[in-house]
Amino acid sequence: MSAAVEVLPRAEVGTPFRRRAREFFASPVATGSFVALLIIVFLALFAPLLAPQNPYDLAKVTVMDARLAPGETGSAGFAMWLGADGAGRDMWSAILYGLRISLGVGVASGVVALAIGTAVGLAAAYRGGWLDALIMRLVDLQLSFPAILVALILVAILGRGADKVMIALILVQWAYYARTVRGSALVERRKEYIEAAHCLALPPRRIVFRHLLPNVVAPMIVVGTLQTAHAISLEATLSFLGVGLPLTEPSLGLLIANGFEYMLSGKYWISFYPGIALLATIMSINLVGDRLRDVLNPRLER
Amino acid sequence: MVFVIRRVFQSLVVVLVMSLVVFVGVHLVGDPVHILISDDMTQIEIERFIQKLGLDRPVHEQYFHFLANAARGDLGNSFVFGEPALKLILQRMPATLELAFAAFLLAIVFGIPLGMYAGLRPESPASKAIMAGSILGFSLPTFWVGLMLIMVFAVMLGWLPSTGRGDFMTWDGLRHLALPAINLALFKMALVTRLARAGTREAALQDYVKFARAKGLSPARVVLVHVLKNILVPVVTVLGLELGGLIAFSVVTETVFAWPGMGKLLIDSIQRLDRPVIVAYLVITVLMFVVINLIVDILYSMLDPRVRLKEAKA
Amino acid sequence: MNGNTLEVQDLKTHFFTRAGVVRAVDGVSFEVRPGEVLGLVGESGCGKTVTGFSILGLVDAPGRIVGGRILFDGTDLLKLGEHELRRIRGARIAMVFQDPMMTLNPVLRIDTQMVEAVRAHQDVDSRTALKISREALERVGIPSPESRLRSYPHQFSGGMRQRVAIAIALLNRPKLIIADEPTTALDVTIQAQILYEAQKLCRESGTALVWITHDLSVVAGLADRICVMYAGRIVEQGSVDEVLDAPLHPYTHGLIGSVPSRNRRGSPLTQIPGMMPALVNLPPGCAFRNRCPRAAPMCLEEPRLQEHRGRLVRCFYPMHA
Repeated sequence: MSAAVEVLPRAEVGTPFRRRAREFFASPVATGSFVALLIIVFLALFAPLLAPQNPYDLAKVTVMDARLAPGETGSAGFAMWLGADGAGRDMWSAILYGLRISLGVGVASGVVALAIGTAVGLAAAYRGGWLDALIMRLVDLQLSFPAILVALILVAILGRGADKVMIALILVQWAYYARTVRGSALVERRKEYIEAAHCLALPPRRIVFRHLLPNVVAPMIVVGTLQTAHAISLEATLSFLGVGLPLTEPSLGLLIANGFEYMLSGKYWISFYPGIALLATIMSINLVGDRLRDVLNPRLER
Repeated sequence: MVFVIRRVFQSLVVVLVMSLVVFVGVHLVGDPVHILISDDMTQIEIERFIQKLGLDRPVHEQYFHFLANAARGDLGNSFVFGEPALKLILQRMPATLELAFAAFLLAIVFGIPLGMYAGLRPESPASKAIMAGSILGFSLPTFWVGLMLIMVFAVMLGWLPSTGRGDFMTWDGLRHLALPAINLALFKMALVTRLARAGTREAALQDYVKFARAKGLSPARVVLVHVLKNILVPVVTVLGLELGGLIAFSVVTETVFAWPGMGKLLIDSIQRLDRPVIVAYLVITVLMFVVINLIVDILYSMLDPRVRLKEAKA
Repeated sequence: MNGNTLEVQDLKTHFFTRAGVVRAVDGVSFEVRPGEVLGLVGESGCGKTVTGFSILGLVDAPGRIVGGRILFDGTDLLKLGEHELRRIRGARIAMVFQDPMMTLNPVLRIDTQMVEAVRAHQDVDSRTALKISREALERVGIPSPESRLRSYPHQFSGGMRQRVAIAIALLNRPKLIIADEPTTALDVTIQAQILYEAQKLCRESGTALVWITHDLSVVAGLADRICVMYAGRIVEQGSVDEVLDAPLHPYTHGLIGSVPSRNRRGSPLTQIPGMMPALVNLPPGCAFRNRCPRAAPMCLEEPRLQEHRGRLVRCFYPMHA
């Protein structure tokens, strides 16, 4: 009903992927976040090489350095640009190692949840009928409870430990993937090319993997990025509360928790810098995911 | 009416299922006995202890025992405090509810107008700032924000107290409530803002808005009556569910600000393996959840007349 | 002061999009006298709807009125501020949109939507406003208006909803009504009824009516005068009988010829080949050149509106010339 405006279609240059990529990077914010994310991943991957000190090697750390302010030099001779924590560990090193764990756990749980959720969602969409109804009931039930509550219940039941935390994170996320994938798959399923494949008597598994799946990928990517950010945040929260990863796997959440007691005496850097690292990670993932959603959404016009 | 009854019944089923899951699950958690007994208790004393707490009966017996007691309001005694678990939870509930409702109000009062403004003028710099702020809002980990709030407002500036709770509805109480409520509200406020913006943007493009303007209505009326009523439906639905989320998430804020609510009790209980309290918390929370969902469903049907008619025909 | 209710002079409304400037309305002029029905005809995308919106000042970004004058009872609407325009909208100029399901707010009751239209312009209490609303519903032929007032839009049928929209337009007794394809979404019998009543209304109350449509058969029975629009410009203008019986512009000729009832049974339908060019990328010269069977080298120049046999045509080679 709005005024008919005839606009020339954009010149369709290059593969769809290249087109979308160009659109993605058209936004300076998205580009910046993407670069930031790459840097963070790089730092996390190569932490042992980049950190001036391995903060968990007891031989290298001395309590003489405890609570050094940012910029002061420690006894090993290098300057601790972000200060030291209560046990004398260099904050920068601790953050690098912590990034590794936070990112690792977040991404790993995300990937597993994605695999499970996708399989379940595709099965539900493809089979339909009672299986679909049952799965969707389950998904709705789980999604009607907030993630933190589900995670706490699971931790209360399963106990503590790195593997239990992973299980909890996976269980919290799979439902989102399942629902998204099922939704897209249902839309795609009704389209003609699936009917055509059916008519050719292709085996169901082939139809699902080679035909349905590629078209369902786009929303999955968007949900994936946003869920990963959420998982990282959730793990940090659980670790902060003391019911997450154990002390042997110190994620950023634990670092922040350690710094809690020093807050009131003004030694902010022990909690502040890990928090910035966590914030940067989550935010860049969210910004990238946000932009992906805009770019991959066929209906959105601007 | 049929609609309401059906929903109530569904809710009861959910509660029952959840209680089973919770009970069976918690039952598998470590062995609380070893935490509570001291090393020099004799074997006989240990056995009597176990019998007193009913830990030696088979699982399904314990479950039915639990259900029967639960119906009577008895969820067992805390292993740690020796008091009825339910009583402990209910004692702490008002504090948590106060915090959750305050955060809820903040999220609505600030989130909806900001979101609507951003939706009505999407290109303005203020609007872009609001959207950037909202991304920041839900990226910031709540517990860290809490710490920073304490750092800035309590330690450095000294304006507001950092921990504890004052009396309800007093100036002192409000001072203590301020930081935790803001902390808890931030995440939800960001979500509400984004939701309100999306809804407003969609509504503003609709023909009925243009028609309202064609009738010569003032912009204020167009926005506050026509647009708002249309976005209220999705916003209220999400908000209602978010209230439950707020109650659950208060666990974090309560820990940071030492706010004496249910959440802090839960965390401590998990660490101490105080099963009855964990179960009591989960039961109460699930119950609250289901009730809130029910109310939201009913509210939704009242706000959107099309839903009511559809249900009536069904 | 020449007594015209509405006089549009060289109106230009352009849309500034990323792909370029879309000249949706590019120099449109016409007049409407009190009690007269003017048909504004053209296919989708020719700019007729934007013309309607421009008169009421409801063109949204990225569109903007960039030139011309719109004289309503002598006052140039384009020189008025938003505040004054609002007093005119819904009171002295009213508009009826195409799809009533979209123009009526689905979550508000009918009485709410009618009473607010009354009270925005008349200083009355809500009881009086309700009375006025009820009378308006009666006038458009809606049975049991009392209970209808308390209903929601989705409880009405399509034809009824459009009557409600018309009733809303009539609430404040406007001098000019702009109707944008109001019967397109309705079936033929309802359409006929509404057309009949619209005509009756104008005769009785002296209201001027601009009826925007792509359907020639509708204007044939209803309008006094007709403007044919193409690619943002008026290509032919005159009294309805003259234009439809002996069209001068090839496009008008093609439009009339393509109406199914005019074709002989069994022979293929006459069509105008091709499509209207995208308004952002108009070819030089006459916009209809690429589809015109009479096109000649002269047509690379832009034709102006010329007087021809008592009408206006924009063509170097009008038919029946």
